[in-house]
Amino acid sequence: MGEPSTSPASAQSRRRFLANMARAAGGVGALSLVVGLFARQAQSLPAQALRPPGAGPEADFLASCIRCGLCVRDCPYPTLSLADIGQDVPVGTPYFVARRAPCEMCDDIPCVKACPTGALDPNLTKIDDADMGLAVLVDEETCLNLLGLRCDVCYRVCPVIDEAITLERHHNERTGKHAMFIPTVHSDKCTGCGKCERSCVLETAAIRVFPRPLAKGRIGEHYRLGWVEKENKGQSLIEGIVDLPDRLPQNSPFNSGATLGGKGK
Amino acid sequence: MSAKTYPGFDAVKAHGWLAAHKWLLVRRAVQLSILALFLASPLLVPFTGEWILKGSLTSSLILGAVPLSDPFILLQSLLAGHLAAGTALIGAAIVLVFYALVGGRAYCSFVCPMNIVTDASLWLVRRFDLSKGWQPGRETRLWILASVMVTALITGVMAWELLNPVTILHRGLVYGVGYVWTVALAIFLYDLVVSRRGWCGHLCPMGAFYGLLGKVSLVRVSAAKRQACNDCMDCYAICPEPHVITPALRGADGGVGPVILSGDCTNCGRCIDVCSKDVFAFDVRFNNASTDDKFNDKDKMISTDRHAA
Repeated sequence: MGEPSTSPASAQSRRRFLANMARAAGGVGALSLVVGLFARQAQSLPAQALRPPGAGPEADFLASCIRCGLCVRDCPYPTLSLADIGQDVPVGTPYFVARRAPCEMCDDIPCVKACPTGALDPNLTKIDDADMGLAVLVDEETCLNLLGLRCDVCYRVCPVIDEAITLERHHNERTGKHAMFIPTVHSDKCTGCGKCERSCVLETAAIRVFPRPLAKGRIGEHYRLGWVEKENKGQSLIEGIVDLPDRLPQNSPFNSGATLGGKGK
Repeated sequence: MSAKTYPGFDAVKAHGWLAAHKWLLVRRAVQLSILALFLASPLLVPFTGEWILKGSLTSSLILGAVPLSDPFILLQSLLAGHLAAGTALIGAAIVLVFYALVGGRAYCSFVCPMNIVTDASLWLVRRFDLSKGWQPGRETRLWILASVMVTALITGVMAWELLNPVTILHRGLVYGVGYVWTVALAIFLYDLVVSRRGWCGHLCPMGAFYGLLGKVSLVRVSAAKRQACNDCMDCYAICPEPHVITPALRGADGGVGPVILSGDCTNCGRCIDVCSKDVFAFDVRFNNASTDDKFNDKDKMISTDRHAA
């Protein structure tokens, strides 16, 4: 330190120091790049792997879950497990596969309570508010209810019965005289627990739970649903619109012979 | 040293096999007990009422009450953009205080399951006198530690935890061995044929992290009776980080105290075991007065660090 900085020895040591620093910085950069790229590749989650209740978006979850397994230990069912290396799920993170063992929706949510880091959000206190995924009736060709039978199992096992899954009555065109009861999932109530998928009686489930980003469509921001806007405003959005009479097919059962009045419903 | 077959030969003759392996046995007992407690806790619940140890090394719970969390992991999480909840922060504080007392890298030698793997490798290297292979600089692990943290910061995820062989191995042992043995085997072979003490001694960023903590930790090995040293070199031969010994053992002339202050020292205690002259013992860092002291404490610390670096 006390030596004049122009002495050859100190100039040499400074050069060496700078060279070492540059090498180290390069090494850190290169290694970070490799690890980072690997991480990008390794963090994709297969569609059938669901996170425990309270887990946020996948990127946030991978920043907050320290892979300790306490949620797995406190899960009273064989639902949760930790990903092993060689699996598609990021190593060490908790997940479940609905078809194998669904979330049983414990009222006290022990897995969330067990989480030491808050990766499973401690603000989730009502299990019905959980959002582990969204059930989708993926196969309308094999679902027994859509074939006109009364299976109804997915509807019956749903912990949020008549809210998350309802049976919507439709005419059975094949027989012409029966009804079909179509299992219909309502995304605002479905918790993604997977009991419907688990209990689907088919060899391969016709209803499945997917992570919400995979399961849900999104309507364009610019779309305006006329009937909703009209209800919000309490009247037609355009004043003084000329409402022409609606015409129906000749032999429609709604056709009383004359055209219907212009006001509609 | 010519007639000898292994380091610690004299100590075994002088003190008996048991005394010459006591810290090794203690370490193995601690390592295996920790694993056993993680595994056997559910079986012991009828007696204990609670899991004695639940979770894994990244975060665990003692008797359902005391949280422990790994500060190395939580730092990654913080840099990735998540401030952990209170439980984990308390757990990390407990762990930090604990290792600040018993020695930072006591984690490496008494807790980390990879230590058993790399010790096995080192034993074979010594036994068959294998080449020490590629030896990157000792500071490499610090740069890797920096990389781990930089990557977490940039990617916003704990990228290293997708690779970290230490946590992967422990988790595998506790939650069911799938392919984790491949990780242990990879590290074993790396240490055996590529680089002696290659993983723990040169690359592992976790060891580097706890090594930083070791720079200030209380309990240290001290070459208190260094004047009795007969230059048999057994401590150097057995030590996983032999460079830490020199300043303490040979520093008397330079006025350097006998305490091993380098954070690289893992407090494994093997030097204590293999010394037939009882030169080494566990002590606290402040008990570092040089017997032929001509310098004040501050000078000693500085010159010791320079030796260690």
